[in-house]
Amino acid sequence: MLDVLKSPILAFQDFIFLSGRAFKNIFRSPHYTDDIFIQADTIGFGSLPIVVLTGFFTGAVMGLQMSRALNQYGATGQIGAIVAITLVRELGPVLSSITVAGRNASGMASELGSMKVTEQIDAMRALGTDPTQKLVTPRLLATSLTLPMLTVIADFVGLVGCYLVASLFLNQTSSQFWNTAWRALEWNDILQGLLKPFVFALVISLVGCFYGMRTSGGTQGVGRATTQAVVASIVWIFILNLLITRLFVSGTN
Amino acid sequence: MDLHTEPADHASVRQWNELGTVASADCILRFDHVSLFFDDDVHALDDVSFQLKKGETRILFGAAGSGKSVLLKCALGLLKPTAGVIELFGQDITTLRETELFEIRAKAGILFQESALFDSLTVRDNVAYPLENQGASKRERLEEGALEEKVREALRFVELEETLDKFPSELSGGMRRRVGIARAAVTDPPLILYDSPTAGLDPITANTIIALIVKARDTRHTTSMLVTHRYQDGHMMANYRFNSQTSEIEPAPRDSGVHESTIFMVFQEGKLVFEGTQEELQAAGDPYVSKFKSNYVRRT
Repeated sequence: MLDVLKSPILAFQDFIFLSGRAFKNIFRSPHYTDDIFIQADTIGFGSLPIVVLTGFFTGAVMGLQMSRALNQYGATGQIGAIVAITLVRELGPVLSSITVAGRNASGMASELGSMKVTEQIDAMRALGTDPTQKLVTPRLLATSLTLPMLTVIADFVGLVGCYLVASLFLNQTSSQFWNTAWRALEWNDILQGLLKPFVFALVISLVGCFYGMRTSGGTQGVGRATTQAVVASIVWIFILNLLITRLFVSGTN
Repeated sequence: MDLHTEPADHASVRQWNELGTVASADCILRFDHVSLFFDDDVHALDDVSFQLKKGETRILFGAAGSGKSVLLKCALGLLKPTAGVIELFGQDITTLRETELFEIRAKAGILFQESALFDSLTVRDNVAYPLENQGASKRERLEEGALEEKVREALRFVELEETLDKFPSELSGGMRRRVGIARAAVTDPPLILYDSPTAGLDPITANTIIALIVKARDTRHTTSMLVTHRYQDGHMMANYRFNSQTSEIEPAPRDSGVHESTIFMVFQEGKLVFEGTQEELQAAGDPYVSKFKSNYVRRT
């Protein structure tokens, strides 16, 4: 029984050590500012099209689905409020994060994994430098900065998608839609909607880098690390989403 | 000396046994009863003891999987041994934490088996990497011009100055090894470890690489450890020297000291089974050790 648990516990311990080092390095020289910008460009700007598409279609589909349900109560005028709350609190952060996890946790794991199996990470260590400083910390910072921004964009584009549905199929005026949507949002929703992507960004970058840095077994190992990174980060996104939501919901009650 | 055959009366074997505990003053690297086991039953290194003195060159022979590359990685603290003590530049590296090792590692250069160049960086950035990043938190960075000159000098040393802006993927296998040597030597480290620098190369390119290692040894006075499968590599290291006037490799005279300072080591399944000079290797009777000696190459 203990032998079965040994491996995941050791892996978790390694993950904690790596995370600790990555955070410590934020305050330690050298700072790789160029790498942070390069990663922010890849992770943030690179993910923009897919995040915008995800946000738009999610908002539009929610608009369609909600319109049918709200129609039964004659409350289609509230569509903006419902979609705004759902998008800002839940769907915006979770869907953007899952998209970025699929795109970038895999990218980080495969890039670092390839470096590991070709001894490039050992070479960094052998040359007296810290691979965590050069590879993990810039990715951590870049993801933490860009994912909340991407989420804000996804939320807005989602509302635009919903607005198009509302104006085309429900004949709502733009002031009616945007006023309801705007008034429905409270500071609590905004805070929740920004805290979640920030926490998910930490998970995505650290999990992606962790699986990449511990890759073994050649190209097959790189493939395995990539898959594990995506699966693990998505699972953690769901678990943490529930915990954070519970925190905010219990706070309101 | 052949450690498999009766070693009791052999003076250098007695010395080897004593080295297990005593380090001489000019010792750069010392292995003291070092063992490394993977999964409890795979003995990558098994009770290995030796010391590498300043100015010495050690040639490591052994079949694939006999522990040669693992030994190099242990020497820099990239792998932690299961038992034993490893001293690098007088410090026991087995007890140090990863962050404490950076400074010691910066004093040594290493060329990995497949060069391990950073494939997302140009040749210039690869060679500049140790200069820009080693101990960057503690010391002033080099001026841009001085850094460029150092990089160019290192690439000139391996005769690849024209590849500055190329990426590693655009270079041939031999060129990648040469850039790897430039990266290992750019900070002028007193110790350079070479992991199979000639593996998979044609004989002409392989000789060029060994000639560069001889050049690094003779012009920069580096202490070296060289893992190889080719007897010729060890033969060249033990019998040739770099003439800085002609910029050519030439046979070393008998009194040059090159021959005596080149020690051959043979590994079998993680055990050090032979340690001695080229003559002692040639005279070894053990069937395994004999596979690594030549029957036709004679000292020049």
